[in-house]
Amino acid sequence: MAVAAFYYRYEAVNGKQGGNTVSESDMAVHGHGAALMEASPFAIPSRKLTMWLFIISDAVTFGALLFGYGYLRTASPDWPTPFKFNPSILNVMIMTFVLITSSLTILGAVDSAKAGDKAKASRFLWSTILLGVIFAGLHIREWFGLIDGGVRLFQNPWGSPLFGATFFSITGLHLLHVIGGVVAIAVVARKFARGSLTASHVETTGLYWHFVDLVWMFVVPLVYLLNLSR
Amino acid sequence: MAGSAKSGNVIAKYLPIYFVLLGIAGLEVFLAYRDFSIRSLLAILLGLAVCGGVLAVMYFMHLAQERRSLFLTLIPALIFVLVMLNMIWTDSFRLLHLRPFAH
Repeated sequence: MAVAAFYYRYEAVNGKQGGNTVSESDMAVHGHGAALMEASPFAIPSRKLTMWLFIISDAVTFGALLFGYGYLRTASPDWPTPFKFNPSILNVMIMTFVLITSSLTILGAVDSAKAGDKAKASRFLWSTILLGVIFAGLHIREWFGLIDGGVRLFQNPWGSPLFGATFFSITGLHLLHVIGGVVAIAVVARKFARGSLTASHVETTGLYWHFVDLVWMFVVPLVYLLNLSR
Repeated sequence: MAGSAKSGNVIAKYLPIYFVLLGIAGLEVFLAYRDFSIRSLLAILLGLAVCGGVLAVMYFMHLAQERRSLFLTLIPALIFVLVMLNMIWTDSFRLLHLRPFAH
């Protein structure tokens, strides 16, 4: 019914009557429908709203994981505190610096893309990718350090085996987001340079990348700083 | 962002937020090595993380520049769900202190 009403309005606007003037695919191809559509209630493109909704749902996922981690930590009398300043906390500080800096470079990419400066936007996007790869490398180095110390998904030599499960789950999911973000930014950077994607796509990808940064701000204090080895 | 006359200004515009976020991260590490009880430290670190998160969402993600209706649609619902997740804590403490084999 909605399509029929839309079609009727299309015909009325274009002054066509008689029923055999235009198909629905014509409407899609020629894009005349945009003028007839109801305006977005939030005045943002639908892809940006979709990304916001994804971010909110993902925030709940990470929230549930962090609350679950807090539950297990509180309920376990022998929770380990394995993180020494060197190498773990030092590594985490560098990772935080890298990730926050990458948020700044993606802001530059979005701004350059909106200004139509493709070369500059590409430079910022590839800088972000480089920083993301550095972050992932440091993250994996941190993992290998713990694995060498005997920590596994369901065991650790210092106490509750749940530590390994929560640590690798939370940081692993975050690392998966970082890797996914790096791949997404690489695809967007390439397609934007070719002209098949727009500044709006860069902005939406940037939104996701900021969220990855945001989650890290909560992972660091809860997972690392509350488990310091003194 | 909409008002960007030319590319490149945005880095300078958001540099203060960037440094505040780095400062918060550094402050968290500094405070983590002070002698606070675990509950106080948790409250302090979470408070600082929330401050950093709000800055990132409002400025880096530009939610402050969007329509208020978007903010009101997304954020209160998120906060409600996250607050509701707090109902697990009593059971967590019960497990630690009230189980038969607790010492």
